[in-house]
Amino acid sequence: MAADKTNIVESSELPVAMIDVATSFADWLIILPTVIALMGAALLIMLRFNKAIQAGLAILIVVGIIILEVRLFLNVMEFGTQSMTMGKWLPPFGISFTVDVISIGFALAGAIVTLAVLIYAQADISSREVKYGFHSLVLLLLAGVTGAFMTGDLFNLYVWFEVMLIASFGLIIMGGRKIQLDGAIKYGFLNFLATTFFLISLGLIYGLFGTLNMADISQVSAQAPIGPLTAIGALLLLAFGMKGAAFPVNAWLPASYHTPHPAVSALFGGLLTKVGAYALLRSLLLIMPSARDFLDPVITFLAIATLILAPLGALAQTNLRRAIGFLLIGGVGSVLVGLGVPTIRGVAGASIYIFHSMLTISALYLMAGLIERIMGTQDTRKMGGLYSASSWLSILFLVLVFAVAGLPPFLGFWPKLLLIEASLSQGDVWLVVALVLNSLLTTIAGTRLWAHIFWRSGPVGENSEQENKKLKPLTLREKYLCVTPTTILVLFIVFFGLKPAMIFDAGRMAAYGLLDNSEYIEVTGLADPTKEKVE
Amino acid sequence: MEIALAVLIGMFFTVSIYLLLSRAIIRMLLGIAILGNGVNLLIFTAGRLTKEIPPIIPMGQDGLIEPFANPLPQALILTAIVIGFALFTFLLVLGYRAYQELDADDTDTMRLAEPERAPRPPLSY
Repeated sequence: MAADKTNIVESSELPVAMIDVATSFADWLIILPTVIALMGAALLIMLRFNKAIQAGLAILIVVGIIILEVRLFLNVMEFGTQSMTMGKWLPPFGISFTVDVISIGFALAGAIVTLAVLIYAQADISSREVKYGFHSLVLLLLAGVTGAFMTGDLFNLYVWFEVMLIASFGLIIMGGRKIQLDGAIKYGFLNFLATTFFLISLGLIYGLFGTLNMADISQVSAQAPIGPLTAIGALLLLAFGMKGAAFPVNAWLPASYHTPHPAVSALFGGLLTKVGAYALLRSLLLIMPSARDFLDPVITFLAIATLILAPLGALAQTNLRRAIGFLLIGGVGSVLVGLGVPTIRGVAGASIYIFHSMLTISALYLMAGLIERIMGTQDTRKMGGLYSASSWLSILFLVLVFAVAGLPPFLGFWPKLLLIEASLSQGDVWLVVALVLNSLLTTIAGTRLWAHIFWRSGPVGENSEQENKKLKPLTLREKYLCVTPTTILVLFIVFFGLKPAMIFDAGRMAAYGLLDNSEYIEVTGLADPTKEKVE
Repeated sequence: MEIALAVLIGMFFTVSIYLLLSRAIIRMLLGIAILGNGVNLLIFTAGRLTKEIPPIIPMGQDGLIEPFANPLPQALILTAIVIGFALFTFLLVLGYRAYQELDADDTDTMRLAEPERAPRPPLSY
């Protein structure tokens, strides 16, 4: 077994568990986005008293990360999954970063969302909060998210979860209003509990397999006894379901996501729950598919419940950002559908849905921030008359509502179509019913919000046909800094909705990567050579 | 030895779940702390227990001689302790600030973000 690893260690005289060739540039590219985000966060903390350069530097760093990730994305699309292992130890001892299409696609979307939020935040946060390290916390969050998407080691994934968590703690209480403390308590306790559940399952995985490398576990998980494996799978489903705010463990999200700054809400809505959803796909499809097969009825039930209950929650809300929180939870239901029908179409649909949801939900939260800024309240009952004040905003909001509900021609339509096709081919009629019902209820909830905020002339009881005088028009600075990034996110959604070919290609590749583990195992250098010869 | 530790871990989990179900923040904090220790013990036990054989390469040897204690769970636990400690500290301060600002240690009275009598949505449209 050991001698077979020499194909990685070329002409080596060291013990074969070590790597002695220098890491090539292509391999550096895999780790660079995470490293740059981490170093950038550290740099910004050191420069925290120099408030003037914080924003510029942070935006520059994120732009750099996006450029590197585009390059990496093109590499992965062309040459397939890539992997690097740090610290000279060969996997499964060294920690691998393994990047396939799904990893880099989500990381790229996350970086784009972060850039939009950083620009938006310039009009949203005070200089005091800049001094308290807003920008470095955002970069730290990005580092955690990017690392979580790219890592090929389960314990390393746990560490990135915690990096994300500590950064999000800092961001959610930034501003220090009472309501934020209230939200942060619920957010903090329940998310900390979720990562602890993940840690428990890690202990059990290590006990069962003796390894924490994803490729290594994926290789042997089919032979593991089904009892312990299912227990671990259920624990992972609970932990990541809690992180992703799936049905019975979603209470923390609507309790906390409306409390911080809108920019922070947008960042959380776009990045955090998506990492939970991604980890679900990665762990239950790639690493231990036999546990997923056993849990299939549970996943189907959770998907249906999340899909139907979440938009009902949104319908019952009078707080704008809490309503958006419920729409976000409904999206997690769609991802669970993909987990419940593990065909190429189903998994591609779930992956594209996560990508879509990252852009759409962030844009919706940014939009909510703009609406609150103009209206001076979060309460939709007191809103009205925004249509005549700003028709552009009303168009953007309506596009986002259609996108989140999955109506054509926007990006949200395609993943839903794939999911429905996959559910039909598997004969899961109830999943189809739930998906369609979810779209209908989301449309109702979203258009009701739109009608209340934009369409009617004023708050409840206001019958005057004159323009709403209480609106506070946006300043020019706000228009540039807030409306522009929101518009760009919406343009992405429209563009990919009209030209979905590239997204379909990437989604199909992502699904192949998750459902067939051979490439993933091969690039980490763990492939069993006897098996290859048979093929 | 494994069985004794498994029972101990079970007790840790029981106590922490009981405390976490409480409404008082301070009890939930204690529950979180105990849960963290229980999980660390679990990882330690899952890595298989070996008695008094430290994983140290003897003088003049190239590698470890079987049997030796598995060093990896210890490294995992060390990481988990550090991370858990940092997050626990944050939650502790957060709980204290919430107690000062909201004058509430009871999560039932902590209803600023989610008002108890939430208004009904408007019936129009």
